[in-house]
Amino acid sequence: MHRHEKIWLTLSSLMIIGFLVLAGYQAFALELGPPSHKETIDPQKVDETAPFNEPGVYQTGENEYEVVMIGQVFSFNAGGDELVFPAGSTVTFTMTSKDVVHGFQIAGTNVNTMVMPGYVQKVTQTFDSPGEYLILCNEYCGSGHQLMASTITIE
Amino acid sequence: MALAQTIKEKANNALGVNPLDAKITKSYFIVTFLALLIGGYLGLIQGLNRAGVFELPSWLDYYQVLTAHGLLLVLVFSSFFTIGYFYAAMSNTLGGLLPKVRKMVWIGFSMKIVGFVIAVIPLIMGDANVMYTFYPPMAASTWYYVGLVFIVLGVWMAAFGAFIQVANWRKNHKGQHLPILSYFATGVFVLLFFGTLPVAIEVFMIIPWTLGWIETLNSMLARTLFWAFGHTLVNIWYLTAVSAWYVIVPKVIGGRRFSDVLTRVVVMVLVILNITGGFHHQIVDPAISEPVKFMHVFMSLSIGFPSLMTAYAMFAVFERTGRAKGAKGLFGFFKKLPWGDVRFLAPFIAMAAFIPAGAGGIVQTTYQLDQVIHNSLWVVGHFHLTLGMSVALTFFGISYWLIPHISGRVLTKKMNKVGVITTIIWTIGMSTMSIAMHLVGLLGSPRRTSYTTYGDNATALGWDPYLIFLAVGGTFLIVAVTMQAYNAFHLMFLAPKGEEEFPIAEEEENASKTPFWTERWSRIILIMLVVVAMAYVIPLVDFIGDPGSIPWRTW
Repeated sequence: MHRHEKIWLTLSSLMIIGFLVLAGYQAFALELGPPSHKETIDPQKVDETAPFNEPGVYQTGENEYEVVMIGQVFSFNAGGDELVFPAGSTVTFTMTSKDVVHGFQIAGTNVNTMVMPGYVQKVTQTFDSPGEYLILCNEYCGSGHQLMASTITIE
Repeated sequence: MALAQTIKEKANNALGVNPLDAKITKSYFIVTFLALLIGGYLGLIQGLNRAGVFELPSWLDYYQVLTAHGLLLVLVFSSFFTIGYFYAAMSNTLGGLLPKVRKMVWIGFSMKIVGFVIAVIPLIMGDANVMYTFYPPMAASTWYYVGLVFIVLGVWMAAFGAFIQVANWRKNHKGQHLPILSYFATGVFVLLFFGTLPVAIEVFMIIPWTLGWIETLNSMLARTLFWAFGHTLVNIWYLTAVSAWYVIVPKVIGGRRFSDVLTRVVVMVLVILNITGGFHHQIVDPAISEPVKFMHVFMSLSIGFPSLMTAYAMFAVFERTGRAKGAKGLFGFFKKLPWGDVRFLAPFIAMAAFIPAGAGGIVQTTYQLDQVIHNSLWVVGHFHLTLGMSVALTFFGISYWLIPHISGRVLTKKMNKVGVITTIIWTIGMSTMSIAMHLVGLLGSPRRTSYTTYGDNATALGWDPYLIFLAVGGTFLIVAVTMQAYNAFHLMFLAPKGEEEFPIAEEEENASKTPFWTERWSRIILIMLVVVAMAYVIPLVDFIGDPGSIPWRTW
């Protein structure tokens, strides 16, 4: 093997290992891992199952909130509650779908996850900057998919 | 038998292409370029709509068009090209196809066409707007899945035909290495078989579910089985393109191949690692624990390694060939490359595109970065670089010599020039479109969504300036698509008669002997299955007993 080739392949391996170590460090030491909540729910009985029998916004602590939200064609159902929080709030979204697969993304943040029927997913985000954030469904869910959106206002 | 085989090979070489074998590849290529043409126009419709400049008529649904576009280009265009190309390669390097194998690949051809028709009818009727990924619990007409079963069975026929062909050659050439292009073919067909197994299992669960024979189906199980197939498939098209980079391109530029051992090791590694790579599509899914996801980050990232080996090999070949032709200085060899030869230019741009495309892939497979761009238009930009540039341009480059080769015609200077222009227009269109998609994806614009402003939301309105480039790029692309399809049919039916070379580069001089363990396919497959088991047993077993969903039609 040529010397340059050896150098190239060594650098390649080191680069890939480097990516891995960084991703692992961020995920497990800094707890920046992707949303991976493990909890099941009967997708045919979402409306009768707690906490989804009462979707909405709940304050869970000082500057801490939980949003219980159902993905359904073609809207995010938070029980009609307005998603308005003071700046610096930490918001946990607890979600499931009562029909098909949906996506949950808050544009301009790193919140991005799948909302699968049969499973409960949780994502937490701290909102520091005031403004209006767009929530949208980023998984094709049917003819009205392009209308499935909501907003969060941070004051 | 061995003697008869040798005689047959000699006769074959003397007589040129076997017309019966040529007919197979020609038929596969006719479908390939028709799919490109129709799929391309459907792509344009979406690009125009998404840019907000074209409203679809009421009888045409954006998602219906998108499903057809995906099906035609990811499934039909690429699979028909791959099979046609590798069957021509096997015919050329293994001394002609066996009659039995010919029959099998024809049966495969018919099954795929029948399957495609069965799947497309409900799609045209508007009963299958479920995308190429058809995630349950969204449920299309049962016929759609029946059609997919036939397509998979057709692919299997072609795969088994290839296995028989290769096994027969090996029996008659004990102790010899499989010719390199057929080695690639073996890898590709092994992956096509094992990669389509998970989706076959998925579809066999979906069919009784849509018929109401079973009540519910688990959404995560189906999704995981799909991605074990979905990403393998696109990596197969990539491996097909890579075969031309290693074997064809060196000959076209007047050089020799890079190390035979390294080439075979790259094929082996890609076969072993590909199926597990699909899991990075599920990094932000619920119900899969972080350690399992992290193991998959490792598995997906490791696919980067053979690609980095390939990058080195390609530029080493360019440099060596350039220097042999008298190039001076560090980068002087670039001037010695045949830029005006479409057989080189198209695959070269394809390779160059894989540098940003591969880097984008690494982003998508890395945990936190994936979270930023998951399901955004970034992903669409990514696979238009990988498939639309790296794979498609390589396939086009191949078509300029392979089609005349099998049709007993030649690539004229004029046609070569048309090919170069086509390639340049394609490159401009695809780059414009995919750069815009990457950028707007970073801002959050979702994939698979028809034009929307979400009620004039300020954030969404901010995406519009980028989206307009989807229409601009798409317009360039449709010109190139039309030209490319015309070029393919011209080379097949109208170009002047003659003989066009099947360019296969020779091994490098004073090459070290390739070790024979590279031929141990049973061992390669075993290692592959062990890796697949490591990757998938835990998550799949974890889904057992989880609640299922009833079928939904949401369009």
